[in-house]
Amino acid sequence: MRLLPKEVETLWTLFTAPAVWAFHFLFCYLSAAIFCAKPGLFGMQFGSLRIAIAFATMAALAAIALSAGLAWRQWGFGAKNPPHDDPTRQDRLLFQGFATLLLSGLSFVAVLLTALPAIFITECLR
Amino acid sequence: MTEPGEKLSDKELKAQTEQLRKVWENPVGWRYWTSVNNTQIGLWYATTAFAFMLFAGVLGLIMRAQLVVPDNDLVTADFYNQAFTLHGTVMMFLFAVPVFEAAAIFLLPSMLGARELPFPRLGAFGFWSFFLGGIFVCGSIFFGAAPSSGWFMYPPLATDEELSGIGADIWLLGLSFIEVASIAAAVELIVGIMKCRAPGMRINLMPLFAWYLLIVAGMILFAFPPLIAGDILFELQRMFDWPFFDPVRGGDPLLWQHLFWIFGHPEVYIIFLPAIALMAMIVPTFSRRPIVGYSWIVLAAVGTGFLSFGLWVHHMFATGLPQISLAFFSAASEAVAIPTAVQIFVFIATMLAGRVILATPMLFGAGGIAIFVVGGLTGMMVAIAPFDWQAHDTYFVVAHLHYVLIGGMLFPVVAGIYYYYPLIDGKHLSNRLGRAAFWLMFAGFNIAFFPMHFTGLLGMPRRVFTYPGDLGWNWLNLVSTGGAFVFASGIALVVFDVIRPKHRQPRGEQNPWNAGTLEWISEPEENWGVRSIPHVASRYPLWEQPDLAREIGEGRWYLPDAAEGRREGLITSVLDAQPEQVLRVGGTSTVTIVSALSLGAVFVALTFKWWIATAIAALVCFSAILYWLWTGTGEIPEKAHKDVGNGVCLPLYSSGPASVGWWAMFITMIGDSTAFASLIFGYFFYWTIHDDFTAGAPGPGMAWPLIAATLFVGAWLMTLAARHFNNRGQVLRARSALVAAFALTAAASVAGFNGPWSHGMDPTAHVYAAIIWVLVGWSLAHAAVGSVMLGYCLARSFAGRLTKSHDMDIRNVALYWHFLAITTTVTFLVVGLFPEVL
Repeated sequence: MRLLPKEVETLWTLFTAPAVWAFHFLFCYLSAAIFCAKPGLFGMQFGSLRIAIAFATMAALAAIALSAGLAWRQWGFGAKNPPHDDPTRQDRLLFQGFATLLLSGLSFVAVLLTALPAIFITECLR
Repeated sequence: MTEPGEKLSDKELKAQTEQLRKVWENPVGWRYWTSVNNTQIGLWYATTAFAFMLFAGVLGLIMRAQLVVPDNDLVTADFYNQAFTLHGTVMMFLFAVPVFEAAAIFLLPSMLGARELPFPRLGAFGFWSFFLGGIFVCGSIFFGAAPSSGWFMYPPLATDEELSGIGADIWLLGLSFIEVASIAAAVELIVGIMKCRAPGMRINLMPLFAWYLLIVAGMILFAFPPLIAGDILFELQRMFDWPFFDPVRGGDPLLWQHLFWIFGHPEVYIIFLPAIALMAMIVPTFSRRPIVGYSWIVLAAVGTGFLSFGLWVHHMFATGLPQISLAFFSAASEAVAIPTAVQIFVFIATMLAGRVILATPMLFGAGGIAIFVVGGLTGMMVAIAPFDWQAHDTYFVVAHLHYVLIGGMLFPVVAGIYYYYPLIDGKHLSNRLGRAAFWLMFAGFNIAFFPMHFTGLLGMPRRVFTYPGDLGWNWLNLVSTGGAFVFASGIALVVFDVIRPKHRQPRGEQNPWNAGTLEWISEPEENWGVRSIPHVASRYPLWEQPDLAREIGEGRWYLPDAAEGRREGLITSVLDAQPEQVLRVGGTSTVTIVSALSLGAVFVALTFKWWIATAIAALVCFSAILYWLWTGTGEIPEKAHKDVGNGVCLPLYSSGPASVGWWAMFITMIGDSTAFASLIFGYFFYWTIHDDFTAGAPGPGMAWPLIAATLFVGAWLMTLAARHFNNRGQVLRARSALVAAFALTAAASVAGFNGPWSHGMDPTAHVYAAIIWVLVGWSLAHAAVGSVMLGYCLARSFAGRLTKSHDMDIRNVALYWHFLAITTTVTFLVVGLFPEVL
């Protein structure tokens, strides 16, 4: 069994990490909005919501880390430096890997920033 | 093969050139306006957008003149309301977004080494829609009928027919029409950038402009549809009294704010990114070196594109949402500063690493970025909720947004005009006038808008038509007005420079700035984009492939002629730009104008509630589009393959994911699904704000919706069966499956309608009934389109235009039906089962 999935060649891998950010963001926003609008619905405390957000955040960060790992591999583990502007398939792959790695970094930070409010806010204050 | 072909003899070359020129030439006389060529459409688009900008700018000056002294009575309060509403609306919808579409349509083909974008007639249709819609919206102010509730049209003010008059309808319908044009442009740009690049232009070699435009077009697909969904709800309330935003009957004005800003915030980046894209072309040219950090720019463009969708609630900080919600959006608003700053640092690094020539375009670019940074920093301030509560709806926000938009968009666009003007007619704009204009604009802008930060902090609200003299705002307003006129004089100078006659001026060089990208080989005198389609092997081909321009001009690369007298371009693969197909694009046609005019007539007639005229215009539009599709798409070529030169032979026909038509359908349906998702969001939004969302009213029951959902799935399966049989050459079975799918769709639609109908749901009584009718109506309208498509395929089959090997139509229709099946299943499960069962 291989630990990491096989390398795929498509434009879409570039968007993996930001897409994870988007889903994490939607989860945080929607769960908090529904929780605060219908407090009785889930029969739980605000603290439980914060724990749910914490779990979602860890899952999102893990997914982004995985995307970053795959991107790092696609980038040849950083063996060659940018600009990756040769007209070859090899350089195109390196470019994709590097850009995906950068986006994973940005998404990682953005997920952390999005989750921060759940550390400090303890109730559905309006 | 990546070497150019042999040089032809002069005589052969001349004959070939003549033929190519003839195929791409524009019609003359009045028929000139039926041209669909990207250079003409781009130019008309940009000129029209600029005309609208000047018009909105004059409205801005009138507002500043009114505010110059306290208690002024230059204009009435009502006119002032119309002026600021139109000013914002026109600047955002009729200038900022269209001008980038214009630049993209004009520049992209030659920048990508292509002849044309894949759907030139769609581009023309988009332009005419924009032109008509824009005139309709702008013209309203001359009849005192312009919208007057602010550019974001908040209910309950804007839903009140007494208070807002017909202006709100003009806004809603006029802009919906223009949004259609924007989505059309997005389809065109995405497919163009992904599939029409010159061979060899791999994604790591693509000009950064194209990267930005790809992201922006993707953003349009997710940003504009929520507004279209909002417009539908809004207009249903105004026209038929369906209470979506009326709290008395279960509605909520906040839903509009959500839908508007889900569109409205990404919109800011949809405007900003293309302007920065221009800078990404200009900065390397004048730094005399390739950009530093190409991948970082891609990071910034993609990152900003995504993060910009997590910001919309920062326009709603003062609406009383739970603080944790505000905090999420506040955090995302701070995060977006990271990719934004990355771009600016990339530019600075490029300038530091190169030798900067401070030409006029560079001056405008650098000045714009300086202004934008100030706007970005005040943006960081208002992204913090407690500060926003203080600054909300004051002149501080007015200052912030003008710093962002004028610095981030207008200045780079003027830089773009000075940079790219030689591509329009081979002449130069004046360096002296340009510099004078820059300093007038730069100084005037700061004098006008910097004081507004203080006016705002001193408490002056935006959108007031006058103010008393004892609040300490007098001299700040006086200074702002003075600055506004200085700024306007700078713009007037730019306009003068552009329109002054230049026939005595000699034609300049082909590539005056010695830039490195391919758009600089396009000759203003020719319509063909590129003389032959080159093989690209670097990011800056004109710098790094020194013989390329000459070889292209000598017709030594691909498709140097048009032997069959057709307009042709190459389709290449997404990642590595391997040649895949020869695409024949539509030529000059009146059908685009007829379609746009009749669609415009539908919207205008709706505004005035002329139902019969609406029906007639809709029928004309429907017929025109059918005629367009029948005569202009899915053509079976006279031979299967074509030799494109240099030993490469490519197919002339393709279907399914290999064809551009399939991608256009896919992209359109992604946008369509976003609008549908917005309506579903509305359904659940109403559920969250009420203890009992149904207010005790009867729902559509379970039986009819479930029957409808099942029948629609059946129709979808029959459509797939038709595709399958057609693929195997079983014509009779394929036709029978199409008929069966048609019948099932009709039955499903009746069942779907019968749910709410048989339970007597009155959409004017309560929002629950209204939102159910909207969802069901949306599904049924799409089903109607789906049935027309089935009928179309049947007709094509009988006409011999849909065969086993030429199956583009049925494959595109099957793709539409995938989306339709999702839409109907979600609709009928939601309205049938929720909240009753789940």
